[in-house]
Amino acid sequence: MYTRLFASLAFAVTLAAPAMAQQTIKIGELNSYKSQPAFLDPYKKGWEMAIEEINAKGGVLGKKLEVISRDDGANPGTAVRAADELVTREGVSILAGTFLSNVGLAVTNFAGQKKVFFLAAEPLTDKITWQDGNKYTFRLRASTYMQTAMLMPETLAAHKKRWALVYPNFEYGQAAAAAFKELMKAKQPDFEVVTEQATPLGKIDAGAVAQAIDDAKPDGIFNVLFGGDLAKFVREGNTRGIFKNRTVVSLLSGEPEYLDPLRDEAPVGWIVTGYPWNKIKIPEHAAFLKAYQAKYHDYPRLGSVVGYVTMKSLAAGIAKAKSTEPDKLVEAFKGLKIDGPFGPFYYRAIDHQATMGCFVGKIALENGKGTMVDFKYVDGTSVMPPDSEIKKLRPASAN
Amino acid sequence: MTLNALLFQALNGLSSASSLFLVAAGLSLIFGVTRIVNIAHGSLYMLGTYIAYSLAMHIGGALGFWGGIVATAVVVGILGALIEIVLLRRIYRAPELFQLLATFALVLIINDAALWIWGPEDLLGPRAPGLRDAIEILGRHLPTYDLFLIFVGPVVLIAMHLALARTRLGRLVRAATQDREMVGALGVNQAILFTVVFALGSALAGLGGALQVAREPANLSTDLTAISDAFVVVVVGGMGSIGGAYLAAVIIAEVKALCIGIGVLHIAGMALNFSKLTLVAEFLVMAIVLIVRPYGLLGRVQAAVRSIAEPEEPIRAATPTFKLFATAVLVILIFMPLLARNSPYTLVLGIDVLIAVLFATSLHFIMGPGGMHSFGHAAYFGLGAYGAALLVKWLGAPMSVALIAAPAVALAGGLLFGWFAVRLEGVYLAMITLAFAQIVWALVFQWEELTGGSNGVIGVWPPPPFDKSGFYFLLTLALTALGVFLLRRFLFAPFGYAMRAGRDSPLRAEAIGIHVKRVHWLGFAIAGCVCGIAGGLFAFAKGSISPETIHVQRSIDGLVMVLLGGIQTLTGPIVGASLFATLQDTVMRQTEYWRALLGGIILVLVLAFPGGIVGAFTRLFTKRAAVT
Repeated sequence: MYTRLFASLAFAVTLAAPAMAQQTIKIGELNSYKSQPAFLDPYKKGWEMAIEEINAKGGVLGKKLEVISRDDGANPGTAVRAADELVTREGVSILAGTFLSNVGLAVTNFAGQKKVFFLAAEPLTDKITWQDGNKYTFRLRASTYMQTAMLMPETLAAHKKRWALVYPNFEYGQAAAAAFKELMKAKQPDFEVVTEQATPLGKIDAGAVAQAIDDAKPDGIFNVLFGGDLAKFVREGNTRGIFKNRTVVSLLSGEPEYLDPLRDEAPVGWIVTGYPWNKIKIPEHAAFLKAYQAKYHDYPRLGSVVGYVTMKSLAAGIAKAKSTEPDKLVEAFKGLKIDGPFGPFYYRAIDHQATMGCFVGKIALENGKGTMVDFKYVDGTSVMPPDSEIKKLRPASAN
Repeated sequence: MTLNALLFQALNGLSSASSLFLVAAGLSLIFGVTRIVNIAHGSLYMLGTYIAYSLAMHIGGALGFWGGIVATAVVVGILGALIEIVLLRRIYRAPELFQLLATFALVLIINDAALWIWGPEDLLGPRAPGLRDAIEILGRHLPTYDLFLIFVGPVVLIAMHLALARTRLGRLVRAATQDREMVGALGVNQAILFTVVFALGSALAGLGGALQVAREPANLSTDLTAISDAFVVVVVGGMGSIGGAYLAAVIIAEVKALCIGIGVLHIAGMALNFSKLTLVAEFLVMAIVLIVRPYGLLGRVQAAVRSIAEPEEPIRAATPTFKLFATAVLVILIFMPLLARNSPYTLVLGIDVLIAVLFATSLHFIMGPGGMHSFGHAAYFGLGAYGAALLVKWLGAPMSVALIAAPAVALAGGLLFGWFAVRLEGVYLAMITLAFAQIVWALVFQWEELTGGSNGVIGVWPPPPFDKSGFYFLLTLALTALGVFLLRRFLFAPFGYAMRAGRDSPLRAEAIGIHVKRVHWLGFAIAGCVCGIAGGLFAFAKGSISPETIHVQRSIDGLVMVLLGGIQTLTGPIVGASLFATLQDTVMRQTEYWRALLGGIILVLVLAFPGGIVGAFTRLFTKRAAVT
């Protein structure tokens, strides 16, 4: 027993062996695998497939890519330590990953401070590329603002006056609600918010929230809930009939991660952003889908695409920079073009945001399962605010 | 908001109250008899939802659903009995609260087991056969299943009341809650009684979880949500009072439903969003109730528990050997930046370990010698961290000023919260500290303009030369050593003796002129102050902080560190914190199922060293000394 204890202690304090001659290009990856498994399990499968593909073709710059993956504990403190460990002990100069907005922001700040390259994969907060952006950080997923803006045309077409807002009470939800209000006020003068429900993340009291929304008699509902909160809200709302004759606009709800658990109770008619994986006609996507299903005998979720494209982007960036040095990589990423499963997109030089878009459509039921219909792909470039505004938002030191 | 809407929200609240009550009732029962703070109770609840889901989906129909719910309660009850027999029975004689450590390990293991068996995706069960739709009440639709739940709570309440009042087992349970030693002396087989109570309590948790299957998806994070809710309900109602638990569940659920029902209110031009209050409503209720009624709504003064653990040795001043050893460790640590030249990560981890040591030592100061079990020590850590970070963010203060402000802010918090806390005893004290920590957390979370909300404060980096980890390590070492030494000095001063006297025998201490409450209050403030230093150091080490700094998870980590090292020794928290911090760091990198691995290691340690690691070693040496 004692030996075991001391063994683990000794193991823990053991000074790391000096880095061996580098045979591979190391990429440090960190994410909240334990806390957000529904999204990040497929995400991990996605990047593992990308790495396999890249290495099968001989890697990058004649070296194979090697990903060292860590759990970030879903909190900024642990995430920064994991990032520090990847940089100081594993000697990586490239970081990628993160899911939660606050964790993503902390790692963004760390990357700026320590001058390492960071590709934020999934965190959606606008601040990563705008208010708190820095030179060394790029972001792949369409931000909260972009996704909200993508839903605007359909929302405005419905022309509803009285709106109820329901969102998880943390950065992502608050930012989405704020963006929605701002965009609606600008484009529809008679827009009115009749109730706002900010529910604790993962702890929604769905019956009461659904009822409060119904009592406010809105014409439309803007929803930002996802995961377990969404499932509870949809079931209570369906039973109580609160979605009847109302336009519901909802972020992310068309992603298989969140739509599939609802099975035959998927809320028909909601206007959503999402990922109709079995209906996309883009050739790049067909190839991706085929490879993914052959490898995992499972269909991809949106997380799979994000993980896959993250590593493909890094490989392309390193190849273009002909180096893994952060400063050169930053230059290479500016305007870097990628052909992803959703077609071509690029990383903008002005705010380091990728233009990879989303699918916007309506939820429908087919064969007892939720799916998206009448969807179209909205490119990220089309919803961006003018450059002059972005320059005002982004700190000068970030360019 | 119309009267009908209000009444209807009250109905919603009643159905939520039933769910709350079922988890809480089981917890209350178990705590009352065994005095175990069972934080794995929420995990059993979570398992209930998962098992009921599987049964409902695989068997299907009314049998799968309704039969499944009953079967789940039985299965979870059996599991509870197994936990009691295999694990807890071995450590009843350990120092108080030590069993918490074992149940904490179970939380980790059960969570990973559920992930392994059911996978990561949320699993939404079927609607209840026969109760799929809604009926119209007050012009609104109430799901019939909610109506059913409204009645389940009171039915279970009455059944439990009758069982406790009329059956022999019930009498034994009540007797054991009052004085379990006496029950044992009268010839009742305590082992069987404990097992039965544990099984019953677990079955109630399983039932509570299973009943949720028609309302919410089985989800891996429900374990911690359920346990914190359950504790609040039990404490607000009064420990051991089943009726109180129901009353508390109703009050809390109604307050939440009301907050949601009110929504956004405009007062004097300010928009106030009441729905945001649901984040902390139950803790506000708890704090108010405990301040007004120190034993909960229907609780009675707790009967004194004669500890069955071995009595604690009085603490002794350090021996020359120990002083030499401590100096040697300190010297090695001072040379650490040189020794670890080639492995900079050792220093990064070292900084984290030192901060954990300071955090745990300050917690131990009130928990061990003070006898006040704080479940909310993260509050002072967070106050220190935010105090420092906000000074830097808003006033551009230099690090030196921020690091002086950190303990000052935490001291203020300690003085304020301690004043209320020391008026309570035992588990009530523990819970009010938790409530304060949650209120601080919610405040930081909501006050976006000042604190940055859920994003927290970023960009708090130390200035040169401390941006090099070697120098920052030395700074952390200096402050940690100072803090630990200071706390130790307090314990061997008359103040420390007075504090321990107040813990061991409040009456006698008062009789010789010690103002026990005041001494404990100051002890609380000192611990908070020193903990604030750790918080300040943490902010600069990470460059950013967020509300997680104050989260209940950190408070639990602190408890685990102290208990792991040994609550009855002074070096315990240092060893426990070092071990736990390094373990957590290493284990996270080993396997996908690191939580289960960490839980497994803790379980092994718990079984091998009841009394904590240092406690076990000390006992080993003293026994040897006694033999020779």
